[in-house]
Amino acid sequence: MDIKEIMQPENLVYKKPELLNDKNMHYCPGCSHGVVHKLVSEVIADMKMEEKTIGVSPVGCAVFAYNYIDIDWEEAAHGRAPALASAIKRLWPDRLVFTYQGDGDLACIGTAETIHALNRGENITIIFINNAIYGMTGGQMAPTTLLGMKTATCPYGREVALHGYPLKITEVAAQLEGTCYVTRQSVHTVGAINKAKKALRKAFDNSMAGRGASLVEIVSTCNSGWKMSPEKANIWMTENMFPYYQLGDLKDTTVETK
Amino acid sequence: MAKMKGATVVNIERCKGCNLCVVACPLNVLALTTKNVNQKGYNYAHTVLEDTCTGCTSCAIVCPDGCITVYRKKEE
Repeated sequence: MDIKEIMQPENLVYKKPELLNDKNMHYCPGCSHGVVHKLVSEVIADMKMEEKTIGVSPVGCAVFAYNYIDIDWEEAAHGRAPALASAIKRLWPDRLVFTYQGDGDLACIGTAETIHALNRGENITIIFINNAIYGMTGGQMAPTTLLGMKTATCPYGREVALHGYPLKITEVAAQLEGTCYVTRQSVHTVGAINKAKKALRKAFDNSMAGRGASLVEIVSTCNSGWKMSPEKANIWMTENMFPYYQLGDLKDTTVETK
Repeated sequence: MAKMKGATVVNIERCKGCNLCVVACPLNVLALTTKNVNQKGYNYAHTVLEDTCTGCTSCAIVCPDGCITVYRKKEE
């Protein structure tokens, strides 16, 4: 069979989601952000919510998310995305409202906003990209940096006596009454990406059904910050991040009620 | 069982040469260029084993920049 015969529109099985526009993304080669952007675009298109979705972008690498996905966006002050999203959702209850935050934004400067928005049970979804480092500013130690992990501001590795323990904020969120769905996913393999997509769909459905707040953590790589190639970063993440940040659903109230 | 034949098209100007598609492909259909670079200066992914591709879409799913389009047809 000729290759041109296969490349016909009726045989198309995968292409870049239409919501993701043609602008070149500023992310480093191999960055997990791109995959999550694709998943968000696909899920919104599957739900047919293209015209009714409002994203809130953070401060961090994903600050320019509004340049790439063609939905409505708001840009929040550093860490304040959940507060802004709460306001938007209360004013526009029929809109799908989500925040897209990194670990520095969500687990450090925005801890208070995050915990209180989740605890109030706002009908929003928080997408939390955890790569254990401040990627945008050049690879400094974040609250989620693993013990022994070397960064620009802990060049001898993170120590408990000096820097404390890595923060498992997703576990904290699972303890709160206001959350209905708390999960930790990853996007390093095809299987993991499909699971993460299902988790995002579930979280967005929960938001629209008014079941409470959902938190989807995506354990990600920052190959530039970790100073590795993208493939090595994936292997390092599997070996070092997953034992501490275990994948899976931490809380799912939607299953029990059915 | 009918065999599936696939074809991948890489948007080479969008590609950043991260190599994740090459690792994800179970049949080693894709590879990075060794000499040619795109306008941004990256070695880009391209199809090296055209006949082997089954159109499983693994490469396209893992591509962070959405550079890969996949077609699939049943072989008669």
